[in-house]
Amino acid sequence: MKKAVNKKSHWYDYLWIWSIIYFALGFFNILFTWLGMIDFILPLIFAIAGGNKWFCNHMCGRGQLFWVLGRNLKFSRRKQAPKWISSKWFRYGFLAFFLTMFGTMVFQTYMVFSGAQTLRKAIKLFWTFRVPWKWAYNGSIFPDWVAQFGFGFYSLMLTSTLIGLIVMALYKERTWCSFCPMGTMTQGICKIKAKKGA
Amino acid sequence: MKRAVNDTDRCVACGVCAGQCPRGAISIYKGCYADVDLSMCVGCGICEKACPAGSIRVQEMEDGGR
Repeated sequence: MKKAVNKKSHWYDYLWIWSIIYFALGFFNILFTWLGMIDFILPLIFAIAGGNKWFCNHMCGRGQLFWVLGRNLKFSRRKQAPKWISSKWFRYGFLAFFLTMFGTMVFQTYMVFSGAQTLRKAIKLFWTFRVPWKWAYNGSIFPDWVAQFGFGFYSLMLTSTLIGLIVMALYKERTWCSFCPMGTMTQGICKIKAKKGA
Repeated sequence: MKRAVNDTDRCVACGVCAGQCPRGAISIYKGCYADVDLSMCVGCGICEKACPAGSIRVQEMEDGGR
């Protein structure tokens, strides 16, 4: 990662590699996708306990990946994105949409858990296109709902990364960050905390 | 004198600007927005080029905040 002058390099500057490893692992075994929960829980812990966005600022592997691809490998047009993308209504709207989709995914998992549905070895891209993914799971010591969550969670992670890659190519490298649901959520928590502390 | 000025209402606090600043003049204030230390900023515009929300901009300032 190209760094500004006079800056020390840290181990967490290389977390973009984790982003790539994550998608590779999910390709071979869907159970690994559970590891993505780290990227959901850590930012929230930082925001709730620390009142900061240290995760976004230093540790987000996805943001770093967009930077490496967009800036270092020049895959980005580096043009300013339309203003509505970073507007409050779009950011909070996208967060609401994302949480709804997350809820739907949890519900699907529950349906498999309760036995009302059977495990579907497929992922869904952009919440629309079903892609067979049966090679990634051949049974395990875990019940089926664990794998169902894996497929759903991987769909969500892959879809959001693809959206991020599209906006990276079209606009600034880390345009995804300006409407990332995790970013909106953690900033919202930090703003509430900062107000209370004042 | 040119200095980086941040629209704190628009800022998403992603920290891209802070990571890019060659002077270490930008910090993320309590996870809410990027805060520019005007005494350290040299107005190079690296942050402006990196900012995905277009909230941080280099602007002409009267006394440069010094």
